[in-house]
Amino acid sequence: MLKVRDLNIYYGQKLAVAGVSMDIPPRQVTAMIGPSGCGKSTFLKSLNRIGELDSPMRIKGLVEFLGQDIYASRVNLQRLRIQVGMVFQKPNPFPMSIYENIVYGPRLNGTRGSDQLDQIVEKALKQAVLWDEVKHKLKESALGLSGGQQQRLCIARCLAVTPKVLLMDEPCSALDPISTLKVEELIRDLQQELTIVIVTHNLQQAARVAQQTAFFSVDLSQGVAGPGQLIEFGPTRQLFESPKDERTRDYVMGRFG
Amino acid sequence: MAQGVAPLPQQVLGTGRSLRRRVDQAFIVVTGLFALLIVAVLLTIAAQLAYQAWPAVQAFGLSFLTSATWDVIDSKFGVLAIAYGTLVSSLLALLLAVPVSIGVALALTEDFLPAVVRTPLAFLVELLAAVPSVVYGLWGVNVLVPLLFPLMEWLNLKFGWIPLFSTPPQGPGMLPAAVVLSIMILPTIAAISRDVLSVLPTEFRSASMALGGTRWETIFRVLLPAGASGILGGVMLGLGRALGETMAVTMVIGNAPQISPSLLDPAQTIASLLATQFGEASEPLHVGALMYAALVLFGLTLLVNMIAELLVRTIQLERT
Amino acid sequence: MHPVDPQGAETDGSKILVEPLSWDRTLFNQFMTVLAFVFLALALLPLLALLFEVLRLGLPNLSLESFTALPAPPPLEGDPPEPNGFGNAIQGTLIMVGLASLISIPAGVLAAIYLSEFAKGSQIAAWSRFATNILSGVPSIVMGVFAYAVIVLSTKTFSAFAGSVALSVLMLPIVVRATEGALNLVPDSLRQGAVALGATKVQTTFLVVVATALPGIVTGVLLAVARAAGETAPLVFTALYTDLWSEGLFSPTASLSVLIFNFYNDPDPNRIQLLWTAALILVGLVLFTSILSRLAIRSPSTQRR
Repeated sequence: MLKVRDLNIYYGQKLAVAGVSMDIPPRQVTAMIGPSGCGKSTFLKSLNRIGELDSPMRIKGLVEFLGQDIYASRVNLQRLRIQVGMVFQKPNPFPMSIYENIVYGPRLNGTRGSDQLDQIVEKALKQAVLWDEVKHKLKESALGLSGGQQQRLCIARCLAVTPKVLLMDEPCSALDPISTLKVEELIRDLQQELTIVIVTHNLQQAARVAQQTAFFSVDLSQGVAGPGQLIEFGPTRQLFESPKDERTRDYVMGRFG
Repeated sequence: MAQGVAPLPQQVLGTGRSLRRRVDQAFIVVTGLFALLIVAVLLTIAAQLAYQAWPAVQAFGLSFLTSATWDVIDSKFGVLAIAYGTLVSSLLALLLAVPVSIGVALALTEDFLPAVVRTPLAFLVELLAAVPSVVYGLWGVNVLVPLLFPLMEWLNLKFGWIPLFSTPPQGPGMLPAAVVLSIMILPTIAAISRDVLSVLPTEFRSASMALGGTRWETIFRVLLPAGASGILGGVMLGLGRALGETMAVTMVIGNAPQISPSLLDPAQTIASLLATQFGEASEPLHVGALMYAALVLFGLTLLVNMIAELLVRTIQLERT
Repeated sequence: MHPVDPQGAETDGSKILVEPLSWDRTLFNQFMTVLAFVFLALALLPLLALLFEVLRLGLPNLSLESFTALPAPPPLEGDPPEPNGFGNAIQGTLIMVGLASLISIPAGVLAAIYLSEFAKGSQIAAWSRFATNILSGVPSIVMGVFAYAVIVLSTKTFSAFAGSVALSVLMLPIVVRATEGALNLVPDSLRQGAVALGATKVQTTFLVVVATALPGIVTGVLLAVARAAGETAPLVFTALYTDLWSEGLFSPTASLSVLIFNFYNDPDPNRIQLLWTAALILVGLVLFTSILSRLAIRSPSTQRR
C-alpha cells in the first residue's frame, strides 16, 4: 500500500529521520513504537505530507502510495490527504456541530444535497461506533462530547472522505482507559476496509491492535541525539517475542516485560 | 507572628513592625484610591456632560434626537442630521476597512511570508495607528480628496441615477471621510484579528488540511468562523474609534449638517461639530446643545465599547 | 524486494494523486492569496504616501528657525521675509504634554500597582479595570469637552491648563494598561523572595517589582506621551491657539497639532510651509517613539526567555 525507500527527513539542516525503508501492507494495522524523539511521528507525518505544515521540511528518498511517488511535483496535496487520512494525538474536532464536522470533508470535495450528506454522516458515525451515542444530537456542538467521543468523531470525520489509509498519531494518549479500549476496538474493526498506521507509546496497545510493528530508535551514544532510525520491522508477535536486534529486545523487555 | 523567637526586646520589635505595617497599609489605601480615581474620572465625565447639557435637555428634550435642524442663529438645535453623518461615515468606513483588515491579518498570520518579512510588515501596519489624526486630515485634504475627486465625478456621471451618487461632488464629503476613517481604524481591526487568529489552536488548521482542505478553504470554513466573535470585538473597537474620530473627519467631510442619500455630498459628524463650534460658542443654549451632542456621542461610544469589551472578554474566558 | 501490492493492481494510484482540484477550488485559492496581498499593499500604501508627502513638503523648510521663531505675519508687498517658525507651538506642546504627564503618570502607575499587586480579583479592581478599558475608548474630543466644562467654563478663559487636563485624562488609561501589563510580567518568585528577606510591601513594590518592570513601564509611558503630543481634538477648544508665546498656564496656548488644524486652510503660503514642517516634526516624534518602544519591548522579553 505504502512503500518507503531510503527515506531521510530534514528539518532545516537537521537530519530528523534517516534511511527508513519499509512496505506497509494493505488492510492491516501497522504500529510504530520507540522512545520519544525517535522520529516515529515525523515519519508518520511524512506519509501524507502534513508535516510540511508545521515547519519547512525536506525529504530525500522515496515514498510511494499505490505505486505513485507522493513527493512528485505533480502530486496534488489535497488529493493525497483524502486518500491518506490522519487522526491526531489530541482530539481536534472543529468548533461546530457534530454533523458539520463530519460533512466538512465531503463538502470540500463537492458533495452537495442533504440526503447524500445525511447518508454519509450516518455511515461514518456507524463505522466509528459513535452513531448510537450521538444520533439524537447531531446539531449540537462537537466540543460538548467527551474526549473519547471527540476522538471517535475525528476518526468518523476522516472516514467520511473514504480514505484508503488512516494514519494515527498516538490517538489514545489523551484518553482514559475505557475510551482507549473503544478506540482500539474500532481500529480492529476498521482494518477490514482500511490500511492503518498507528504511532503509539503504549507497547501493549501495539501488541493488541497491530499485525506489523516497526521499532524506531535514536542513537544516543555520541552524547547528542542522532537522527531517528528504523531498527526493526516485522510481524508484531515476532518483534515482541523474538526480536532480532538487541536494541529492540532491550526496549521491548524494559517497557513490556 | 514569630514573637519571642528573636532575642530582641519585644517592645522595640513590636513598634517597628506596627509602624512598617501601617506604612504598608497606607500605601495600599493610597494606590487603591488612585485605582478608584479612574472610575471617578469616568463618572465625572458623564456627570459633567449631563449637567452642562441640562439647559439644552430642558429646552429640547428628546426632540433633540429627532430634529435635523442645527441653526445657531435661531438657536434651534437638533442632532439627527449630525448623528446620521456620524453613523453613516463610521459604518461606511467599517465596510471598507473590515475586509482589508482581515485580509491584512491573514496575510500576516498564515505562513505566506517568512517571519523576517512578516514582522516588519506587521510593525508598519501598527504604525498606521500611531500617525496623528490631524496629519491624516492634512494628507486627506491635500492628497486623498484630489485623488478621489475624478472617481467621484465619474461615479456621479455614470451612476448618478443611483441615489448614493446622485449629487455632483464638491471635493470634501461623506465618501472621502469614510475612506480616511477606514485607513485610521484598519490597524485596530487588523491587530485584534491577528491576535485572535494566532491563538486559534493549530490543530484546527492541520485537521482541515488533513481532510483535503486548501489553505483558503481552511481559513473560510474553520479559522474565520472559530475566531468570529473575537474579530467582531475588534470590529466594534474599530467602530468606536471611527465614531469618535475628530480631526481628520472634520477636515475632509465638508461640515454640512444635512441628511443626504448621496455619498458625494458633504456631511457632518458629532465630533466634527464639536471641533468646529465649541471654540466660538458663547450662547448658553448653544453650549448646552453642544454638550448634549457630546453626551450623545459619549453614550454611543460607551455602548459600542462595552459590546466590544464583552466580546473580547468572552474570548479570554473561552481560552482559559 | 518489491512485494506485490494487491490494491495497486485494482486501482491506478497514479491518477488519484495527480488529478488536479476542480478549477473553481484552485481559482478560489489563488485568487484569495492575491487578494490578501493586494489588501496588505492597500493598507500600507497610505502610510508610505503620507510619509512621502510629509517629508517632501516638510523637510525643505526645516531649520533651526522653525523651532525658535514665531509664525510670520502675512507678508506685505516689498517687505523683507520675516523669520518663520512654530516656537510657540513647540513651547505649548511641551508645557501641556509635560503637565499632563506630571498628572497622569504618577496617578496611572499607582493605580496600576494597586491593580496588579494588591487587588487581583477584587471588586474594586474589576470596576477600575472596566473603567480603564471604557475610558480608553472614550473619544478624545469628549475629553476636550470635559476639560472645557470643568476648567474653561469655570475659569472663563481658554488655557494651557485646561488642555493639560484633557490630555491627562487621555493618557491615564494608556499608562494604567501599559504599567499593569508590565507589572504582571514580573515573576511572583521575585516578590516572594523580597518578602522572605523581610522587605515591606512598599519596598518590595518599588525596589523589586517596579524596578524589574521599568523598561515596560517606560515604554508604555513613552507611547502615552507620543499619543498626547499628536492629539488635536482635546486642545482645539481648551488651549485654543495663539500666534504668540504662551503667557502662562491660564492663557490660550499654541500647540503643534492645533497649529496644523488652524493653518491648513490658510491662503498664506508661509503658513502652509510652516504646517507641513510641523506635521513632519509630529510624525517624526510618534514614529521615533513607536520604534523605540518596539525595541524596548523586544529586548527584555527575549532576555527573559
